Parts: sequence; structure tokens; C-alpha cells
Amino acid sequence: MSSPLTTDSPATPAKTSSPARNAPRLRGPRRHTPGKPRRSLLLTVLTSLVVLYTVVPLIWLAINATKTQAGLADSNGLWFSSDFALWDNIRDTFTYDDGVFTRWLLNTLLYVVLGAGGATFLAILGGYALAKFDFPGKRGIFAVVIGAVAVPGTALAVPTFLMFSKMGLTDTPWAVIIPSLVSPFGLYLMWVFASEAIPTELLEAARIDGAGEARTFFTVALPLLAPGIVTVLLFTTVATWNNYFLPLIMLKDSDWYPLTLGLSVWNSQAETIGGDVIFNLVITGSLLTILPLIAAFLLLQKYWQSGLAAGSVKE
Amino acid sequence: MRRKTSRLLRGIALLSTLALGATACGGSDDGSDQKAVSASDIQAALKKGGSVTVWAWEPTLKTVAADFEKKYPKVKINLVSERSGDKHYTALSNAISAEKGVPDVAQVEYFAVSQYSLTKGLTDLAPYGADKLASKYTPGPWNAVSEGKAVYGLPMDSGPMALFYNKTVFDKYKVAVPTTWDEYVDAARKLHKADPKVYIANDAGDAGFTTSMLWQAGSRPYKVDGTTVKIDFSDAGAKKYTDTWQKLIDEKLLAPINGWTDDWYKGLGDGTIATLATGAWMPANFVTGVPGAKGDWRAAPMPAWTKGDKASAENGGSSLALPALGKNKELAYAFVEYANSGAGVQTRVKQGAFPATTAELQSTEFQSTKFDYFGGQEANKIFADSAANVADDWSYLPFQQYANSIFNDTVGKAYVSGTKLADGLKAWQDASVKYGEEQGFTVEK
Repeated sequence: MSSPLTTDSPATPAKTSSPARNAPRLRGPRRHTPGKPRRSLLLTVLTSLVVLYTVVPLIWLAINATKTQAGLADSNGLWFSSDFALWDNIRDTFTYDDGVFTRWLLNTLLYVVLGAGGATFLAILGGYALAKFDFPGKRGIFAVVIGAVAVPGTALAVPTFLMFSKMGLTDTPWAVIIPSLVSPFGLYLMWVFASEAIPTELLEAARIDGAGEARTFFTVALPLLAPGIVTVLLFTTVATWNNYFLPLIMLKDSDWYPLTLGLSVWNSQAETIGGDVIFNLVITGSLLTILPLIAAFLLLQKYWQSGLAAGSVKE
Repeated sequence: MRRKTSRLLRGIALLSTLALGATACGGSDDGSDQKAVSASDIQAALKKGGSVTVWAWEPTLKTVAADFEKKYPKVKINLVSERSGDKHYTALSNAISAEKGVPDVAQVEYFAVSQYSLTKGLTDLAPYGADKLASKYTPGPWNAVSEGKAVYGLPMDSGPMALFYNKTVFDKYKVAVPTTWDEYVDAARKLHKADPKVYIANDAGDAGFTTSMLWQAGSRPYKVDGTTVKIDFSDAGAKKYTDTWQKLIDEKLLAPINGWTDDWYKGLGDGTIATLATGAWMPANFVTGVPGAKGDWRAAPMPAWTKGDKASAENGGSSLALPALGKNKELAYAFVEYANSGAGVQTRVKQGAFPATTAELQSTEFQSTKFDYFGGQEANKIFADSAANVADDWSYLPFQQYANSIFNDTVGKAYVSGTKLADGLKAWQDASVKYGEEQGFTVEK
């Protein structure tokens, strides 16, 4: 896959351009290498628009998290108000209503660790098996997985609810964790990644050396899958962290709410008679909610990109 | 294939009809010959202990529940307060029809009481002694929770209407605070002319507000007698309201902002919205929602339809009721009685709730409370006066929640297109009649 900014440069591997970057800067005829593609005004404008579109809401969130409830109403949304209340807001977010925010944060972490972690683990096992073993019905499974990728989780939420309701599992954390364990997209990604990243010869060599299937998987295959694992983990983490609809219909007891539901409860307080209006805490809470995700993305960026591009260049 | 589907569909339709029939029959003889529950039965239950699940979003109940648990250590109150409004009613109706997970106590707004009582969804509290509490409450709320001898809930708060106005804005443009609705229209014109950003009020179509305005204007569009219903928006009172409000709409004097949104709180704070005719519970929302405008706002009596007339109406307000399928009824009633008639009332008033009990409304302590937010005004005097002047012959439809949900499809058009408000109300009437007939009500034409 060529980088989106490249328009007409040949698809040379990126590594060849590193000497050019280290070379002294000379004013000369501009050369269009993959490391320094030709500039296109149209593409620059379009990318800037996309950047604005994605960054402005974040900036808005960060700026408004510094305002009090009064400041929110009488200052411009895209600039700071006279009083800087970020630290107060953060403290209030964690102490409001006997620190219920912390409880929601821990719930979200629980769902992410068990749900997204479990989904990733299952995707690795399944993807590896589908990529490296031949068995009857593989094509059928492929069709089912591809079909499942096309069905959004939201569409399955209500049938899942009815099923869980029969099993008596609604209003328990399991009702959120178990459906999160299934990630068709993660499975598909692991499948594609595993078939590219693990040479079959390597597995055969391991088997000839006398390693059992489990050992081959854990000591030979797993390290090779690391970038793919991180990608799938990020995907499922984001999906579980931001999950709103599933917990909304599954959970009644606010003690098991994740952050998404909790924040929406805080927001709806403003719609009730005598309700405590805490838009400032809703905004600060939202900011705090997305910080871990942003951190995860920045720290794991390398894996994330290589995972996305997996299989795009045939070597 | 197609044949099969249609047969299947017919089967489902038949099944649901049967199910509906079964519920209707099962419910019909409940409650009529309930045994009386004496005060000593309730005391015994409190000593024995148990747990009560309460679905209510009223914020002051939290302290009340804690106090109650302290007083009766064996009783555990499980307060579920995350859902409010439509979400709450959907969950409650679902639980009742599934006969599973029904709370022991539920908050039910006045407009929705008859909807649940008519379908036998609520316990008649008269055998528990609630009928003897009638004189404790103001007429509007009591009328909403009682039906003949039956009592389906105890009033928790009330919303006698008052006109909140931004004094700073009125002073700035030297406009007098209106005392009649004609003056109100004049004030609207003057303010908007002086500053095109200022509107007399926000109204983008709100069923609760419109019905309250009709109530004050003397219109009685809904007549309910058991399952016989009459809906008519063409009486003299309704005409008074539509004539006046049509002027405000036509001259674009109303800010197109929906209530309870962040825009609304902003508009109340920055002077865009100059007045707000609403229930007396509003101060609590002003204090937390519009802290920046502290000192700007004041309360005044509702403008009158004819000079000197004191008629008022209720807007909002809710009761605590015992769903028929709930458990631990004695404990549940004890909690409701404590919260809405006993010591809980004082606790709640102290936290800013507006009571429905005459004793609290008439007490000097209550009436002489100075509101810092309103520049030290003793606003409760105005509110208590309004509560005493609410006409108690108003009724809501037994399917008001549905009717309110289609308000914006019918009356709402008057706010965004050339449809006249009166025609919008007629469309609302027709749609409500149609729904009522579909639900098996006898709708008089």
C-alpha cells in the first residue's frame, strides 16, 4: 500500500529513501522519492480538512474541560473562559456522587481486559488454525466469518439480549463480556496476518524437531504474530471501551455501568426536574475517558500501522 | 413461501391478541376487594425488615432513603435513579408486561398516573390508609393521583406555574413585567425590537407546556370516565390560548430552542430567553444549570388571561406509586408515606424540592425563604399562591405518554411551517382519537 500522499511515485520500499533524508539539504531540483513525494495542493487541502474534522472536536473537548458550568454558558466554545477550572473539574469528576466515576472506570477496564483480551485471544487461536491447518469446511467458515464482519454488533444486540434474558444473564457483567468475546473482524485479520507472517516451513521444521502443536504455537508462531496481535487488541479495545448500545440494553444496575453509560446518565440529569446540571463534569469525564485510548494509540502506533498494512506488499 | 409467512404472521397476531385478552381478564377483578392494611401491620413489617426497590430519578430521594434506612435498620432501600422520563416509562412498562423485575416503588409523573392505573398496573393505596391523607395535599396533585375512592400514588412534588423573568433584560430595555398575556405579547415585541437577539421565551413545541397553558386558559380538552374518553381542542379556553400564541409564532417572537438542552441553559444564562413560564420546581435547575445568571432572574405570578384573574395550572410534578406486581407492599408503602407525607418532605424541601403538601406550602418558614438566586426574593409566596389557585378539574388522557410522543408530528408543525396552531391541535386531537380507538377506548366525538 502506498502512502496516501504519494501520487505518482513508484512503489519502492520505504527503506531506500533513508539515505536521502540523511543527506545535506541542498537547494536543487525537487526529486520525488517515496520519502519526499511531490506536493499536491488539492490533497494537502483535503487532508487538512480531514485533520480539522477530527481534531477540532478534541480541541473543543480539551478547552471546555477547563470551564465551570457558568463558564460553559458565557464563553466562546473554542476558547478558554476567564476561570481555569480543569483541576477542580477533575477532582469533582472523581468525587461526585461518592466517586461513582471510579467505579465506572473500573467496570470499563474489566470489560476491556476480559472482553477485548478474550476476543483477541480467541481471534489468535482461530486465525492461526484457519491459516495453517487444512480441514473440511474451511471455505464454509470463511464465508461465515466474512458475512459476520458485515453485520454490525448493534444489529445483533437485541437478539443477544433476548437470548441472555432467557439464560438469566442480563444485568450481570457477563452480559457485556461474553458478546464482546466475539470479534469476526479480529479473527479475519489474524487469519490474513497469520498466513502471511508464519512461513509453513518453519512450522514443519518445528514439528520435525519434535515440538508438539501447542509448543509450536506458543514458542514459534506467537512471537511472529506480535504486530497482528497488537492491532487486533487495539481494535477490540476501542470497540469494547466505546461500547454503548450493548451495555445500555443489558444492564439496569448502575453499579455495572461502563463509562459510556455513566456519562450519559450524568448528561441526562440536566433533563430532569431538580436535577443537578453538571455539563462541566460530563465534558471533563469524557476527556478523561478518551485519554487512555489516545495513550494506547500513540504508544502502539508502530504496531498499529504495520498491522494495518499487513499483506499489502508482496515480497 | 409467501403463504407460509402470512400464516405465520397471522399466528403471531392471534397469539398477541390472546395474550392481551388474557391480561385484560386477569386484571379486571384485582384490587376491588383488597383487604385493609392497618398501621400495626405496617409497623410489624418494618420490624421484620426486607428490601424495597425504588425506581425514581428525583434527586432528593437519596437522602430520604438513607434517613429511612437509619430509622428502620432492617429495611434496605435499593434506589435506582439512572433512568428518567421516557426511558423510565419504557422500562417500567416492559417490566410490567414481562411480569419480571417490576420495582416495588416507582416514580410516576402526574400525566402518566391514569395510564398505569387504568391498566391495573398500580396498587390502590386507599386500603393502606392513603385516602385519609387527601387533605394534606394541594388540589392539583391530589386530583391527579386519586380516582374516586382509589388512590394510586402519593404526590411527591408539584409544579404550580409561575413566570420566571430575567429582570436585568427587562430593566435594560425598560419593559414592564407582563401581568396579562396581552401585555406578554407586547413585551415580546418590545424586547425583540430593542434587541433582535432577545426572545420573550423559548418554545419549539412542548406537549407538557402546551397542555399546562390550556389548563390555565380554562380549556379542558380531555374528559375521561373509565374507558370513555373525549378529546376536544376547540373550546373557548383553547381558542384564547391559540389566538395569543399564534401571534408570538407568526411574528417570530419565540426562540426556537428546545427545553432541557444545553442551548436552553445557555439561553437562560445569556439573556436570549427573557421569560420562562413553568413549574415552581424550576429554581433548583436555575441554581445548578444557570449559575452565571445568579441575581438576574425573578419570579412573578403567571400572566392572567383576563386582568385580575388568578387562575393557575400545574406543570410537571410526580408521585411515588406502588406497581401492582411489586413485592413487600407494606414496606414500600411505609417508604412512600415517609418520603411524601412524613419526615421526608422536610428533608426534600430543604434540598430544593417543591412540595405538594399544604402544611409545608403554608408554613411561614417556607414562605419567608429568601432565594439568593433571585436576589433575595421570597419567591415561595408566589408559588404557594399559585398552588392554591390551580383548578382541580383537569385530567390527562389514559394514554397521555403516547399522545405527548406524537405532539411534535402534529402541533409541532405550527412552529416550523405555515400550519396554524389551532389546526395543529386539531391534528393532534384526530391522531389521539385514532390511537384511543385502536387501543379499545370508547372515544366520544
